[in-house]
Amino acid sequence: MNTPLLAVPVAAPILGAAITVLVGVRRELQRVVTVAVLSVMVVVAALLLARVDEHGHLVARAGGWTAPLGITLVVDRFAAIMLLVSTIVLLIVAVYAMGQAGEERERVSFHPLYLVLAAGVSTSFVTGDLFNLFVAFEMMLAASYVLITLGGRPDQVRAGMTYVVISLVASTLFITTLALLYAATGTVNMADLAIRLGEVDPALRHGFSVMLLIVFGIKAGLFPLFFWLPDSYPTAPGPVTAIFAGLLTKVGVYAIVRTQTLMFPPGRGGADWGDDLLLWVAGATMVVGVIGAIAQDDMKRILAFHIISQIGYMIMGLGLFTVAGVAAAVFYVIHHIVVKTALFLVAGLVDRRAGTARLSSVGGLVRTAPVIAALFAVPALSLAGLPPFSGFLAKFSLTDAGLASSSHAIVAVGLAVGLFTLFSMTKIWTGVFWGDPDTAPERAPQTGDRFGGPLPMVLATLCLVVVSVGFSLWAGPIHELSQRAAVDLLDSTGYIEAVLGGAAP
Amino acid sequence: MSLLLAVVAAVLFAAGTWLLLQRRLTRIVIGIGLLGHGANLLLVTSGGRAGRSPVLDGTVGDPAQYSDPLPQALALTAIVITFGVTAFLLALGYRSWQINRDDKVEDDIEDRLVSRRHRTDGPEGPIDDGDPDTSEFEVGEGQAS
Repeated sequence: MNTPLLAVPVAAPILGAAITVLVGVRRELQRVVTVAVLSVMVVVAALLLARVDEHGHLVARAGGWTAPLGITLVVDRFAAIMLLVSTIVLLIVAVYAMGQAGEERERVSFHPLYLVLAAGVSTSFVTGDLFNLFVAFEMMLAASYVLITLGGRPDQVRAGMTYVVISLVASTLFITTLALLYAATGTVNMADLAIRLGEVDPALRHGFSVMLLIVFGIKAGLFPLFFWLPDSYPTAPGPVTAIFAGLLTKVGVYAIVRTQTLMFPPGRGGADWGDDLLLWVAGATMVVGVIGAIAQDDMKRILAFHIISQIGYMIMGLGLFTVAGVAAAVFYVIHHIVVKTALFLVAGLVDRRAGTARLSSVGGLVRTAPVIAALFAVPALSLAGLPPFSGFLAKFSLTDAGLASSSHAIVAVGLAVGLFTLFSMTKIWTGVFWGDPDTAPERAPQTGDRFGGPLPMVLATLCLVVVSVGFSLWAGPIHELSQRAAVDLLDSTGYIEAVLGGAAP
Repeated sequence: MSLLLAVVAAVLFAAGTWLLLQRRLTRIVIGIGLLGHGANLLLVTSGGRAGRSPVLDGTVGDPAQYSDPLPQALALTAIVITFGVTAFLLALGYRSWQINRDDKVEDDIEDRLVSRRHRTDGPEGPIDDGDPDTSEFEVGEGQAS
């Protein structure tokens, strides 16, 4: 089905960014534009999801050029789900940022950058063209480079250097892979690639599969390409870290799932070794991430290491390559976006309330700021996978899928890592919310607020926590939806037909 | 011709990778630039043989005579993006110079704290840089921060 509605997630935030630049120093107007644009995107994403679920794939051809000549925008169920969840998170974090005195108030460039980031994220989800995906990544990354160094503090410059250089290496590898793919197949349209790669030498195809896995693995923080992540994310301002943690790595995971299922399905050409490779990588990512978290003393850094270990679960679902496994991965991704962003927003609240996020310098917040403690407890238990929260359901369906395809080793690793996750959350809880601080915080605590922070910040965090609880309340319908999304992903003929249409050879 | 281009791309990749492994940001920036050139050259080469410019002047000739315009468009896009990000990296290097009188990419402080923990249980002293090569430029009087 063809629809121009698909252009909105790409064009709206770019236009919004332009307007916020024009509005300039008038902060109130900038805020209105940002919230309006993101709200429109949420509504459009919800409409798209409803339509996709009813009619199947939606396609829009930029400039009227038919695929594979023009750039095709295409949305299937997985992309629509990701689009909806990410725009909701973007909107909530924007509100949170507005409540916080800091970068958003002091810097004119915050709103335009935030909207360009939103454009990059949503374009990555809707594009059907591999080079356009590169451009979307660059949009997202260029905005993130500036956001992570906004303020120019020494630690930000240090972290920014590592982050920018690593991302640039990934981008260069991406261009290289694109060049080789074009030389081998003569196209960069993903659906067209899916067909033409079937005719390519299997050894070459495996090479391409691994190259794309590396390119997106750097972005997603897979083992052994994760090392830059915990160093750079925590230095950014609170809301920026939250959006990076929640969305950027997941865009990498989305790209891995999209390319591996569409272009390198295991059945055709026998890329079976690829599945095992993914499971090994998933297991190592889980274990290394969770062990790294144990050694840390800073709340944000513990959470940053947990991003890595959680990415392992998503890749495990993909590596199983069954409908149940991929469905569990889809559910895991959306659960994790919401929960992880909520946790980082809480870390921002703690940082503001106590003057630091270092475990040894904070203590007793459960008495002095019970609202923050409650807001932390729900997503933390969810992340650790305790029933009845969404994390339990995600881990349960993943374990179920793993046992069904008798991959016992990876299931055992996943369950053990879950225990360690619980240990880390307990460590944060005892360090931040119980006991007394050992050392003085770096900055003066701000204890004036009634709910532990300014109302917009607390309410925004509460919204995300409510969304994550909503995932467990409506787990049935959401799981069925992700099941349908997984069926779509594993049977790529629908996607290819929707994109190439009658033009298919 | 293609072989020559492939060799040039390989040399650019090798030199770029080597520069990328250096400690100073200026060298890394040059390395990134070389890597980007290598990748773009590869992109142009992937379009196949050189041919007539793909601009139609009313007469449509044999398609095989024209060179493939798509990789050229892709390379142009990639060049523009690399240019912008390189400018940003240089600005970052300048900022680092302003702060530290140095553009070295530093170790992560938290990592050092974690690795020191098993050696010292006492209060954390000043963090030893552990690298004698701190700056080529002495911090002069009046510049000390």
